[in-house]
Amino acid sequence: MELLTQRKLINKAALSLSMAAMAFGLFWLAWILFTTLQLGVAGISVDLFTKMTPPPGASEPGGLLNAIVGSAIMVSLATALGTPIGILAGIYLAEYGRHTWLGHATRFINDILLSAPSIVIGLFIYAIYVAKVGNFSGISGVLALALIVIPVVVATTENMLKLVPNTLREAAFALGAPKSTVILKVTLKASTAGVITGILLAVARIAGETAPLLFTALSNQFWSLNLNEPMANLPVTIFKFAMSPFTEWQQLAWAGVLLITLGVLGLNIIARVLFRQKHKN
Amino acid sequence: MSTTKDSTAERAAGGRKLGDWLFFNLTRAFALLTLLLLAGIIVSLFVGSWESIQKFGFSFIWSRDWNPPMEKFGALIPIYGTLVTSLIALIIAVPVSFGIALFLTELSPVWLRRPLGVAIELLAAVPSIVYGMWGLMVFVPFFAKYVQPALAATLGNVPLIGELFSGPSLGIGLLAAGIILAIMIIPFIASVMRDVFDVTPAMLKESAYGVGGNTWEVIWNVVLPYTKVGVIGGIMLGLGRALGETMAVTFVIGNSNFLSNISLFAPGNSITSVLANEFGEAPPGLYTASLIELGLILFLITLTVLVFSRLLLLRLSKQEGSKT
Amino acid sequence: MNDTSHTMMMNETGAQLEAQMACRNLDFYYGKYHALKNINLEIYKRNVTAFIGPSGCGKSTLLRTMNRMYDLYPDQRATGELLLDGKNMLDRKVDVTVLRAKVGMVFQKPTPFPMSIYENIAFGVRLHEQLSKSEMEERVEWALRKAALWDEAKDKLGQSGMSLSGGQQQRLCIARGIAVKPEVLLLDEPTSALDPISTMRIEELIGELKAEFTIAIVTHNMQQAARISDFTAYMYLGEMIEFGVTDQVFIKPKKKATEDYITGRFG
Repeated sequence: MELLTQRKLINKAALSLSMAAMAFGLFWLAWILFTTLQLGVAGISVDLFTKMTPPPGASEPGGLLNAIVGSAIMVSLATALGTPIGILAGIYLAEYGRHTWLGHATRFINDILLSAPSIVIGLFIYAIYVAKVGNFSGISGVLALALIVIPVVVATTENMLKLVPNTLREAAFALGAPKSTVILKVTLKASTAGVITGILLAVARIAGETAPLLFTALSNQFWSLNLNEPMANLPVTIFKFAMSPFTEWQQLAWAGVLLITLGVLGLNIIARVLFRQKHKN
Repeated sequence: MSTTKDSTAERAAGGRKLGDWLFFNLTRAFALLTLLLLAGIIVSLFVGSWESIQKFGFSFIWSRDWNPPMEKFGALIPIYGTLVTSLIALIIAVPVSFGIALFLTELSPVWLRRPLGVAIELLAAVPSIVYGMWGLMVFVPFFAKYVQPALAATLGNVPLIGELFSGPSLGIGLLAAGIILAIMIIPFIASVMRDVFDVTPAMLKESAYGVGGNTWEVIWNVVLPYTKVGVIGGIMLGLGRALGETMAVTFVIGNSNFLSNISLFAPGNSITSVLANEFGEAPPGLYTASLIELGLILFLITLTVLVFSRLLLLRLSKQEGSKT
Repeated sequence: MNDTSHTMMMNETGAQLEAQMACRNLDFYYGKYHALKNINLEIYKRNVTAFIGPSGCGKSTLLRTMNRMYDLYPDQRATGELLLDGKNMLDRKVDVTVLRAKVGMVFQKPTPFPMSIYENIAFGVRLHEQLSKSEMEERVEWALRKAALWDEAKDKLGQSGMSLSGGQQQRLCIARGIAVKPEVLLLDEPTSALDPISTMRIEELIGELKAEFTIAIVTHNMQQAARISDFTAYMYLGEMIEFGVTDQVFIKPKKKATEDYITGRFG
């Protein structure tokens, strides 16, 4: 009987600790979101979206227009560059290379690239592009972000294609369709929602990436659409402003953090809803 | 079927074959590109750091001198900072993640499982710069004012580990960086653990409950041993993240290249924070090469951890495959 | 076992029979597993041939050999001959896409493609023929009528194929198969996922389709085989035990094993 009491006690204690752990995890999420909202909302104004980032000692607070536009440009171009590469490589892994050495090796390496430190990707682009060209540039930022997009898209494309039932493939082959047609018109189409989910997750991932831009796009205090020059972007601007001693700059940084957080969480939620809807069928 | 239809069909088939061949090789080329990316990164970092490797050799790793004006570079302090902050992160994150995974798979009412699981996964999606800025502006002042004095007054007096919790309460430093990292990697580890707990066959758990085990006993004695390979893989994945994390650490670690004692309250530097702070200002030459070598070391460390983690997770999925 | 001796078989109407497909010493392997052993038989033109037998007997495998579906899987292979109109289709030189245009297939579960009803049918046709828009519309209508789906689907050709009921989806798959105008239609347990009423409609449909197509059907339902087929093949453990006119196989089987299976003493 005593043993039973002891066992019950241990069970109770362990389960309580488990509940405490859950609360602990949620506590941080709530705290971070709460501060971001509280401090960020105070900085949201029309100026934020219409004025450039301020120079040091400026009399008026300025906004984040050039950083927002720069980020939007680089994220779109990186997605446009990385997505097709990722989808094609993902198709190879799921449809052609499931049992080949190249398939196994690529899948393994891709999983590693997925969690590789993003700052190293920045160094890589610095070494092969920025150092050769001689200056920081928007295009090098795009390249670095694209390299982060690729593994995300490869992995989701492969996983989504694998979910397509084999009977569907066979049904298309049974009509005499060549393999490329089966893949492009049937299997890829059947997993459109999944692939889009992957792209959204990739965009969410690079929208907040700071480290790879530090040595590539750098940042730019001024308005510039020239991809061969340093380009303003939200994450690096936030980094710079948050570390600065000026309260106006810190306020702008909080507003920027709020924008990024809302954007990233929004994309994640959309991606989830999309994927779930698809999977109800 | 008429012969004319046959021959046009065969001609069309020939064209399709070429199309098929082209498409296959296109996808294969991009798969190969992904594969070569990893090798490309290592080679380019190696080439970029050649000047420093030649000059310092292996002493780069254990020299604690980081003195740009004197052109003397040693990586010991950043390597130490990276390893210590990641270790702190694991010590906190592993038990918490286990608790969360346990809650999500066994305790939570079914209707709460999804929303809670999603909330934890969203924590993983929050960009690291948000953690960094929140850490510096909100967490660090709070930490310095309440937590550090409390730690110094309690753990600080315990023999052996007391040294770790001594010194002025600055807020910023190795301990704060480790804690922020822990918050960041909890969702990664917790989701992997939840996933591997979920694949434990129901029959296995049922038979353990069937002999009279309670929830904790079933988890600890049956589920955890059954999934240990996957659990370790998940922990390693979290470690990989922690080692390579830049922004969350750079904001709060203190950016100091001097380390006079072993106190975790002291400011320090990690490989990533040195790179983030100094790379943009470094002139080309030995300084830049040394920084790239730091990046190379970081990449090789994380690579080892991630390869290990993937091999473990792969072994688990194979095991599972053979059982079904 | 040589069941090809009865080649000069007559069907009920007494008409002369012409073989559309034939297997000659056909063997099949899943890796090392010998799944089909020396199969010899004819599939007669514009007749329904049913394959019955306990699960795992190789009846589906045999069907999947007939359009070389196994080509998709690296460790599966067939040896011997598979003749279609006298030509060996197992020959490496034969283009499987051309073969599959002539030998269509419908699967156990409905497999509508993720596109509209119209596109589901046009998809296969476009692979093999270049038709004008009006010709294509005619072809789609023709196929849907043949599959007895036209009345139900004509007003929603633009809707997703997934929006149809299970029985309708399976008829859509049949329509998709015949739209290519194959010579042979392979049906792999086409009604196993359907309700009795949908099953009945598909069975009626098969009876109508045999006027134009040669049909081979795998079924685990013996009554179904008896109802719809002209010829029946009983298979067991990868071997062809008995092959003959359906009525004869069901009423007066030559082999004891067949009789045991049909009378339910086994299987």
